[in-house]
Amino acid sequence: MSAASPVIERGTAASRIAGCGVAIIILLLALAPQFLSAGAVDRMTALFIYVILAAMWNALAGFGGLVSVGQQVFFGLGAYFAIRLANAGLNPFVSLFVSAVIVGAVSWPISLFMLRLRNGEFAIGMWVIAALTHLLVNLDRLIQGETGTSLISLNVYDASTRRLTIYWLALASMTALLAVLFGLLRGSTGAAIRAIRDNEDAAASIGVRVTGTKRLLFVLAAFGIGVAGALWLATSITFQPKTYFSVQWTAYMIFIVLVGGIGTFEGAILGALIFFLIETWFGGTGVWYLIGLGATALIFSLLLPRGLWGTLEERFGWRLLSVGYRVRLPVNASDTTGGTASPAQVTTSREKA
Amino acid sequence: MTNQIVQGILLGGYYALIACGLSFMFSVMRIINLAHGSLAVLSAFALWLLASRFHIPPFLGLAIVLPLMAVIGWALQRFLLERSARGGALLPILTTFGLAIVIDNVLFEQFGADTRSLAPFIGNLSYDSWEWPGSLYVGKLAVIIFVAAVVLLGGLQLFLTRTGLGRSIRATSEDPDTAGLVGVDVRRANAIAAAIAMVTVGLAGAFLGMRATFDPYAGATQLLFAFEAAVIGGAGSLWGTLIGGIVLALAQTLGAKVHPQGFLIGGHVAFLIVLFIRLYTSGLGLRGLLRFSTGKVP
Amino acid sequence: MSLLSVEDLVVRHGLLQAVRGVSFSVERGETLALVGANGAGKTTLLRAIAGAHQAASGRVVFDGADLSGVPSHERVRKGVALVPEGRRLFVQMTVEENLLLGRTAGRRGDWSVERVLETFPNLKPRRHAKAGHLSGGEQQATAIGRALMSNPDLLLLDEVSLGLSPLVVDRVYASLQGLISSGTTIILVEQDLNRALSVSNKVICMLEGRIALAGDSKNASRDEVTKAYFGLHRKAAGGVPA
Repeated sequence: MSAASPVIERGTAASRIAGCGVAIIILLLALAPQFLSAGAVDRMTALFIYVILAAMWNALAGFGGLVSVGQQVFFGLGAYFAIRLANAGLNPFVSLFVSAVIVGAVSWPISLFMLRLRNGEFAIGMWVIAALTHLLVNLDRLIQGETGTSLISLNVYDASTRRLTIYWLALASMTALLAVLFGLLRGSTGAAIRAIRDNEDAAASIGVRVTGTKRLLFVLAAFGIGVAGALWLATSITFQPKTYFSVQWTAYMIFIVLVGGIGTFEGAILGALIFFLIETWFGGTGVWYLIGLGATALIFSLLLPRGLWGTLEERFGWRLLSVGYRVRLPVNASDTTGGTASPAQVTTSREKA
Repeated sequence: MTNQIVQGILLGGYYALIACGLSFMFSVMRIINLAHGSLAVLSAFALWLLASRFHIPPFLGLAIVLPLMAVIGWALQRFLLERSARGGALLPILTTFGLAIVIDNVLFEQFGADTRSLAPFIGNLSYDSWEWPGSLYVGKLAVIIFVAAVVLLGGLQLFLTRTGLGRSIRATSEDPDTAGLVGVDVRRANAIAAAIAMVTVGLAGAFLGMRATFDPYAGATQLLFAFEAAVIGGAGSLWGTLIGGIVLALAQTLGAKVHPQGFLIGGHVAFLIVLFIRLYTSGLGLRGLLRFSTGKVP
Repeated sequence: MSLLSVEDLVVRHGLLQAVRGVSFSVERGETLALVGANGAGKTTLLRAIAGAHQAASGRVVFDGADLSGVPSHERVRKGVALVPEGRRLFVQMTVEENLLLGRTAGRRGDWSVERVLETFPNLKPRRHAKAGHLSGGEQQATAIGRALMSNPDLLLLDEVSLGLSPLVVDRVYASLQGLISSGTTIILVEQDLNRALSVSNKVICMLEGRIALAGDSKNASRDEVTKAYFGLHRKAAGGVPA
């Protein structure tokens, strides 16, 4: 072997093991309802929805460099269109996904417009879109303003069938969306995404289709969050515009991704788990819980902007689900006896988010 | 109809007040402060507390609250924004969003969900009106707010163009590195700019409380109003903000005429239309929608 | 005591070492010309003295005080003023406002807007024009005037002739000659070797971040400096601090 040539590899041994681990975890999760109480199944469904929300917001902010505080618009629309479709006679479960497709389609024209704004202007511009959409949905007679309505047609199924179906739909949606995102980040689009994340202007100058790539992420995020909104509607049945179009949802997404690690694939999942646990333990404390969430997001953005996963990854060279390439620079012969490079000698294409 | 237009123009003064701090901070530090509205509501609650508990009328209370807001602005810049701005353009959005959530919920924890108003503490000013020719009745408070907005915008303009400190702030906003090289203490200039912005926010909060009601979660709406007025006003001068505020208010008035729930919709739609026109006439990918030139000539 | 002494200064741009261990000193009233090819580290050196770049190691001592860690605006207060490459005027502000900004540091002295306008008569009719609307020569005059308004003890000039027509350059240098004879200490970066040697009394030629040649401008042969410029003359003069 020529000592001078660097070794290019995708992932590490750990990441291959992680790949198998993921398959096993999904299988176990699919079987889990057999052993869980009804309440626990509902909580797990909520967890899956949080993972979707976080992964989609992270796709937009962490990979596309687009921080939005108006993502609740797609969450609310996902639920709203599902109500509308079910009301028109479509099977309620089918409605959930047709609704998300419509949300994705609606997000396309919005993207033509909003993606021309930058940074804070995009962030708050999306918030205006969400506020306007909320008001317009309120005008729909079916919704009856803030009174809201329910996904009544779901009541034809008995409670346990409903619970299990929604659980599996949520699990399948989460798995599929994560797989799509993972595939996107590993493929040629992924290289473009990372180039944009590291330096947008430089990426544009070497011919990366910046706007096209961002639009893809925007529509994907809208679709995914639409799925999450529709699933949330299925679990709670009632639809009150105020609840679904609340900026709280975006606050959750931001909290999860900031804590987990913005711009890392694993971070969103880790963050969702942490958020889920915090909610389970402290959710009952009401306003102090929300103050805690806000303060934690504030502190992470100031002191640990790479989040937990980003920090661990940096410190220990971890990479479980590898979306990047890594180049192992050749080290001195005396150092290679162990056959492993220390993290300090490993440079990857990842940089700061 | 004339009456409604006059009311709309006067309401525009309030929107200009709440918007000018947002666009001022953006011009100088390139940061959109998502806690902007929440800080205005914080000021309103502070005045309410002073009035209801210590019987200090709101206009007198401003003497306490505005300096406090200046200190908050200074600290905000020094301890939060300066630090998070070093991490890139996206981080301050998240930091200030986190701050907004904290402020909103702390207010909720302290004051509960009730809507409050400062109107009971300003006597008959809250409902008194002048009769103008043509049997127009204009509220005294609305006129005071409008005049305050004009005075504030004019004062800010004078401060920026006529004083050394104002020039330092403008230089910092244009090119912070070079500003340092000609002797401007950039950190100080930014902190002072943030303090000034927060004083305008404090004043806007006071008028919000006097002319309407507020609750702990009212900040988000105020932030959107401020943003919309600032963007509609565009990249002119500070006076553009006043025009933006008036356009926003008139659009809301018109919206309310079309549909009982159309007040807010009208404002949002006007904002999007202006945005659309500006995006497609400017041709360039808008790098600074909010940025206004602080020079003498627009 | 020297007005300025630079001691083993190292400045990095990321991983790149732009200035690698440079030492020299400047006495009061001297004019030092920094020459060298593009990328030799002249601008970085000048900016490090002005505080726009922080040194990785080594020191800049000015008027007996170590400037390490002192931010740029404090250095202006101590008497160091830089006329940056490309002028860097505040284009949305008027000529007068640009000049007045130079007073921010609050150093007392003879310079006033009026005196700058006397020194650069071409600025007189442009006093209230936006800096962005000026010609290249007028912009350069404004940039120098802005630095002078802080009444500096040490004036750093980075490529003041860049992008100007020869006629305008002559006029700028004529004004500089006035400053030099009035005793202002100057370090100037200049591409034009002849001009650099004629206006200065000391010259330093930099090559790849190091001093390749240092000496008296009067005694330095043009040939020698040219060789150092292209690296053909590495350390022939010993690279001794001037």
